[in-house]
Amino acid sequence: MRIVVQEQPFDLGAEVSAFAAGRHDLGAVVTFTGVVRDDPAKPLAQMMIEHYPGMTEKALEKIATEAQARWPLGDVLVIHRFGVLHPGEQIMMVATAARHRKDAFEAAEYLMDYLKSRAPFWKMEKGAAGEGWVAARSADEDALKRW
Amino acid sequence: MIDVLYFAWVRERIGLPREQVQTQATTVAGLVDELRTREERYALAFSDLSSLRVAVDQELTDFDAPLAGAREVAFFPPMTGG
Repeated sequence: MRIVVQEQPFDLGAEVSAFAAGRHDLGAVVTFTGVVRDDPAKPLAQMMIEHYPGMTEKALEKIATEAQARWPLGDVLVIHRFGVLHPGEQIMMVATAARHRKDAFEAAEYLMDYLKSRAPFWKMEKGAAGEGWVAARSADEDALKRW
Repeated sequence: MIDVLYFAWVRERIGLPREQVQTQATTVAGLVDELRTREERYALAFSDLSSLRVAVDQELTDFDAPLAGAREVAFFPPMTGG
């Protein structure tokens, strides 16, 4: 398991290539990448991500540990950025490796669902219309119920 | 003494990211009651607890949680990671 919380960009290609490299028993690698999304109706200049140093790493570790307990995973990677980001920039990624794809897919979805509403990150959007904190969506909280 | 931390709009409303608080409270809710009586900006930040989340010693918990032995309490809005 590897958990990374950092301000600087990460190299998605290099991370995916290195992830679970040399593990010939793992037939499935699933990755998800979150990207700062622009909205033509409400142009975004930048997104500022605040987090809770210390708790963030613990919360992500807890979520990844729970995923490993639920699915037979060979490896798990979570990278999440904070600070100022611009439209099109990669915010975060998760990767899961398992013997079979179903476990890798499900575990990746579980990681995403939980880190949306259980990892201490907060997003503020700044654009021509001003700035404001992104409100949590009830759909994100509801998504946890299926697990 | 306990370290109290604020994040996102809670930090903005209260006007500082962290402070040390001398408290007699035995639960998080008791601490919130003490803070509310301090000044208007605290009363405003804590006016609707359903829009707030709390962590004690970096573990997500609820407002009934005991404060015995706690070193750090953090208040923040629902999280928006990912």
